[in-house]
Amino acid sequence: MIIQAFAFYLFAAALVAAGVMVISARNPVHSVLFLILAFFNAAGLFVLMGAEFIAMILVIVYVGAVAVLFLFVVMMLNINYTELRQGFLQYLPIGGLIGLVLLAELVLIVGSWVVAPEASVKLASPAPPLDRITNTHAIGNVLYTDYIYLFQAAGVVLLIAMIGAIVLTHRGRDGVRRQRISQQVNRTREESVELIKVEPGSGI
Amino acid sequence: MSQLPQFTPILPELIIVCLAMILLIYGVFRGDGATRNISWIAVLGLLVAAICVSAIPAGKILAFDGQFVVDDFGRYMKWLVLLGSAVAIIMSLGYNERESISRIEFPVLILFATLGMLMMISANGLISLYVGLELQSLSLYVIAAFQRDSVRSSEAGLKYFVLGALSSGMLLYGSSLVYGFSGTTSFTVLADLFKQPATDPSVGFVVGLVFVMAGLAFKISAVPFHMWTPDVYEGAPTPVTAFFAVAPKIAAIALFVRVLMGPFGELFAQWQQIVILMSVLSMLVGAFAAIWQTNIKRLMAYSSIGHVGYALIGLAAGSEPGIRGILVYMTIYLVMTIGAFCCILAMRRDGRMVENISDLAGLSRTHPMMALAFAVFMFSMAGIPPLAGFFGKLYIFLAAVDEELYTLAIIGVLTSVVGAFYYLRIVKLMYFDEPAEAFDKDSNREIGVLMTVAAMLTAFFIVFAGPVIDGAEAAAGILFSG
Repeated sequence: MIIQAFAFYLFAAALVAAGVMVISARNPVHSVLFLILAFFNAAGLFVLMGAEFIAMILVIVYVGAVAVLFLFVVMMLNINYTELRQGFLQYLPIGGLIGLVLLAELVLIVGSWVVAPEASVKLASPAPPLDRITNTHAIGNVLYTDYIYLFQAAGVVLLIAMIGAIVLTHRGRDGVRRQRISQQVNRTREESVELIKVEPGSGI
Repeated sequence: MSQLPQFTPILPELIIVCLAMILLIYGVFRGDGATRNISWIAVLGLLVAAICVSAIPAGKILAFDGQFVVDDFGRYMKWLVLLGSAVAIIMSLGYNERESISRIEFPVLILFATLGMLMMISANGLISLYVGLELQSLSLYVIAAFQRDSVRSSEAGLKYFVLGALSSGMLLYGSSLVYGFSGTTSFTVLADLFKQPATDPSVGFVVGLVFVMAGLAFKISAVPFHMWTPDVYEGAPTPVTAFFAVAPKIAAIALFVRVLMGPFGELFAQWQQIVILMSVLSMLVGAFAAIWQTNIKRLMAYSSIGHVGYALIGLAAGSEPGIRGILVYMTIYLVMTIGAFCCILAMRRDGRMVENISDLAGLSRTHPMMALAFAVFMFSMAGIPPLAGFFGKLYIFLAAVDEELYTLAIIGVLTSVVGAFYYLRIVKLMYFDEPAEAFDKDSNREIGVLMTVAAMLTAFFIVFAGPVIDGAEAAAGILFSG
């Protein structure tokens, strides 16, 4: 028990510290690296809660794909960050306001359990107990059977996103040299090698 | 082990998704030269899917654990959507070739959008609703911006995307509230939840319902969620606008009706006022804002907003004749809109599209047949008997009067009089004004054929009225049989 509590406070503290560093770091590359650290700590917290599937997804999807993509974008785009930061204080009031609204909404959601007591009954998840089946197994049990229709449809949505990105941005460029393997293989010695008799002492 | 699910009910969807992927691969290998072939295969596929829709055994069938439903209502709406999409692909052929945006992805994206619409119509749960809606919207965002070298098209795509994402957010927020307060996403369970007279919905549930309605109202472009419509309609390439005006609108209306009459049917008292308000505002905006438009595509956008207002009257009535009225209205709307857009597509001068209403001046002397067809569509949209549009409005207003919604019916009649003003102004321009320069003569055959067929259907609706009204009657009945 004590080890769990220790691990929780370790992960939670590191998560909050990393979160603060994400928005306060001067160098955007450092920001992204702190973001990755925050993701890892959040994954640790999920493992502590027994939600190992979400923990792994967080590491694989967010760290493995999203954060790395961020890193690429930050490094590739040459943005002047000092200029971007200049309006920081100017936007503080409105940012704070949005934060307050979000906080109020969260309070309202928690409060709604008091308003509608029947809702909290619904919160008791229909998932099977953890000691009988791991939650990856439990998700797999329904995802590919009961929800196969939605699973496949979500796949089609992703396909459309891919087609859309290509349709809207891809342009065929002129003057690109493509590899044509058949041509390469079919080249004969006569086409590519030229023998020139050079007279000694006269140059070409 | 769970057994393999039933696949018969989703046969049309399966055909479309497989065809779309095969055509995509075929197109990638063959290049943009194959667009015409691919388009015709896609049209054929849509028609085959429409036949399959009829081939599914009659009655109400649930599939995939109740996430998917096929019933007479869905069948009727699917026919309309499939027809609308097929016609939109045919209409795009000539235009896309002339504007050199004839790329293989266009018919494929329309197929995917149609797939999304069919899934929306058959949705029987909040999750399948959202996935279907997103599938459709994502494809539509891309084809709105399909003419990517034109600033207006890109702007239309971007605007549509941003506002569409906002509406999806509202829909999701509402759905999460509904789920949170009821503990289910299934429409079947939700419908039974408030069957007992003693159970009242909690406030959170009703707030969720309102958000779901707001999200869906964006998709049918009902006022006050209509802001995107004129800009997107104007900016998008004309065949895309035609597609937007028919298929997605019909699918979204079907979804709106199914969601309100099905899972939330017992909360009629809660949502009726909202629907009445949206209906009145849509009719007013549709009638008055259209008067000052100079661009014909913007005019059609406001006209479609107005038409949605009339259709919503049927929903506000909440009765079987009301829903039948919506179905008849949407059928007629489909035919009229296709016809009107065929005329707009033929408005070309010196090889360039012209879109101003003033360009139509004196059309009766330069292109008498096209002017006649356009006049038929305009008279029909204004609701002048004996054309089709009159009957659409008649059934809607009768349903409203049956339910004693007299104010709504009177506002409807008054706004259609105002609407008649701008429709008839176009007719006056075509017949009594000095002719402007003639349009290009070489308009392609497909458009001409479609225009003629649509004009015939609109003009002689009385002849075809029987099957349409019977079909609509059966389709509306299923929503009330429980």
